[in-house]
Amino acid sequence: MTIEEFGRRFRAREVTSAQVTEECLQRIEADNPRLNAFILVMADDARQQARDADRQLAAGNDLGPLHGVPISVKDLYDIRGTATTAASRVREGHIAQRDAPTIAHLRQAGAVFVGKTNLHEFAFGTTNEDSAFGPARNPFDPARSPGGSSGGSAASVAAGMALATLGTCTGGSIRIPAAACGIVGLKPSYGEVSTEGIVPLSRTFDHAGPLAQTAADACLVYHALLGDAGAVPPAPMPVKGMRLAVPRRYFCDLLDDEVRARFEEALNRLRDAGAHIADVDLRHAGDIAAIYLLIVLADAAEYHAATLETMPDRYTPPVRLRLEMGQYVLAEDYVRALAGRTVLRREVDAALAQHDALVLPTLPIPAPSIGATTVKVGTATEPVRNVMLRLTQLFNMTGHPAISLPNGRTASGLPCGLQLVGCRGQTDGLLRVALGCERYAMSGSSPRSGRVGG
Amino acid sequence: MKIDVWLQSAVADAERRGLPELKPLLEALAKTVAAVRAADFNVNASSDAKPGHESR
Repeated sequence: MTIEEFGRRFRAREVTSAQVTEECLQRIEADNPRLNAFILVMADDARQQARDADRQLAAGNDLGPLHGVPISVKDLYDIRGTATTAASRVREGHIAQRDAPTIAHLRQAGAVFVGKTNLHEFAFGTTNEDSAFGPARNPFDPARSPGGSSGGSAASVAAGMALATLGTCTGGSIRIPAAACGIVGLKPSYGEVSTEGIVPLSRTFDHAGPLAQTAADACLVYHALLGDAGAVPPAPMPVKGMRLAVPRRYFCDLLDDEVRARFEEALNRLRDAGAHIADVDLRHAGDIAAIYLLIVLADAAEYHAATLETMPDRYTPPVRLRLEMGQYVLAEDYVRALAGRTVLRREVDAALAQHDALVLPTLPIPAPSIGATTVKVGTATEPVRNVMLRLTQLFNMTGHPAISLPNGRTASGLPCGLQLVGCRGQTDGLLRVALGCERYAMSGSSPRSGRVGG
Repeated sequence: MKIDVWLQSAVADAERRGLPELKPLLEALAKTVAAVRAADFNVNASSDAKPGHESR
């Protein structure tokens, strides 16, 4: 059941928030031992919030599209009275004293919080394997990663444990798990959605945003995060006449064959529907990974400097080592990387000047097996982490809004993603494009036989 | 600081701190640093300004 469908049935008195919340909690009870998507299940609080939502609606107090909607929250967001673990033993004993502003906005919008989801420790990884609570698993194949770092969040929606979820994104941590789990992930423009009350990774690149089952649902949650709970999705942009640009060089150089096939099929469908699709080139694309790494390492090392000194053994070893590495980045190289980011931002701006959006795959490979450190892509063998970040990290650096839509599956049933990137500061414009394109991407569909609410 | 001098110093510091497993990561980081330093968007005190660069 999507948020939109829930809203229609909720207001028609066909379902209650209590019923749908209970169904989500039952899914969590049944599937969380297998998927490890949740660090904390807030069953009692959720039931109470759902009953309150039902009472409010019965009293004629409609809070808008998220009223009564069961939502999960990545365990980086502060929810008052609960621990914000960041999936790390470093934060043992922490209890949030207040809601993050985004959580407060969703609370005012009537959302029901079913629990806090698993992630890569401190969001510093793309597979969700390094977590103090063990790895989250992909609902399409539990031997595989759900992507990361918002892996538990994506798994929770794909498995019907929540109707939508909140993620964070520093290099692709919303879009990567959305693609790996066959759902929609929206990274808004940089700075639009507050990151206050959210454990940071890189304050230069961090974004907060939703993962949901459809672009319209992502739009509803995005607006609620901004405090605009009553907003409705904008009209889809007509595909006929839509101007899309494909950054082929670099972004299409290293793709799994089936991911490439799904991508080209989606382009053909969009072209057949009247979209104008051109190729564009980003001259410094080859520098993206190096520029990203220097900035994110140094930013993360600064935040973790004190705890690396006082409690290094509480980190998972891989995350600790990457943080330690960040302590050695020189200031002069950090400044060079910032200059490179400015150049890249201008190149993306220029590529979008004559187009409504960039279009590219989200993830070069299907979800990798848990434990894999390298992956074969065509004839190349590459580190999993580098491959997973390859197509998403640029837009965290430049701040452009980006969304991943489900784009069919591989022969073995693993989801693929289609990424759209819009102009800076125009997340609603990107959502219009996504709403127009969504039906031309192939649905990722559910890994289960039935969605919540049938 | 030159990259080889930086790398030597960083590896020695990591070993002193009981983190010899950092060495391959630092060697990879050195390659990243070299790539950024070699990029054509860099300016130096004797070069012309380049498009896209602003005075700070």
